[in-house]
Amino acid sequence: MVEVKKSEVFSLEALRAGDRAEFARLVGANYQLIFRLAFRMLGDQQDAEDVLQETFIKAFRHLKDFDGRSSPSTWLYRIATNEALMLLRKQKPGLVSVDEPNQNDEAEQEPLQIVDWCCMPEQELMSTEARAHLEQAIDRLLLYLRLVFLLRDIQGLSTKETGEVLDLSEMAVKTRLSRARLRLREELSGYFGERMADLKG
Amino acid sequence: MQGHNCRHLLGELSEYIDGTLEARLCAEIERHLADCENCRVVVDTLNKTVYLYHATAAQDEVPEGVRQRLFKRLDLENLPEE
Repeated sequence: MVEVKKSEVFSLEALRAGDRAEFARLVGANYQLIFRLAFRMLGDQQDAEDVLQETFIKAFRHLKDFDGRSSPSTWLYRIATNEALMLLRKQKPGLVSVDEPNQNDEAEQEPLQIVDWCCMPEQELMSTEARAHLEQAIDRLLLYLRLVFLLRDIQGLSTKETGEVLDLSEMAVKTRLSRARLRLREELSGYFGERMADLKG
Repeated sequence: MQGHNCRHLLGELSEYIDGTLEARLCAEIERHLADCENCRVVVDTLNKTVYLYHATAAQDEVPEGVRQRLFKRLDLENLPEE
């Protein structure tokens, strides 16, 4: 998972007073996390960089509103997620919804692929081709599941922090993470199952 | 993954592999896994799926120049950061 500098401590007072050196420290400690999330959400480096810059411009403007109830990185993730969603909505008007669909088919993915591919060699599991499949599998998740999965399993946020970023209860985060993981397991089982058959054949 | 128990426990597997599931449900899952080969495969591959994503996330890199352009845009270039 992405390494999060949990130990990083910032002076709220200095940040709120507009201390630029303290703000520079905040930016330095968090810009990589924010860029990675934006890139995973948008799939384009330039878009991710635009979101990164907008996030910190907004953060600086609203420092005095930051109440310190969540950690600074959670607060920044929240701004960045909203910025990235705004950009996605501009690019695909009408297609971007973070809400859970009502249809029953969005319930738990029933496991259909029962293939034990765990023992495949690490170089197969982490090959360039396999990694491309891992990425594509994330892209195929509906946005409401993808966001939770990116924050929890890629960025390494806790259930509570993910809930704070997305305005969701911890229960909703857990349910969505479970659905996302089961869907990804199904996708990867299809792919690695075939690879295993190829290797044996 | 066909029996009633398999489906009943499916929603709990994600928390089970994280080690955050309450003890009573963990015990129930483990009793079930002892008798259900298919569910053992699902749990193992679910675990491996999460492991692989954690491993690839650790390799995400930020391209060169991103930091410099950000600091320039924010007018923070000449300030101490560490």
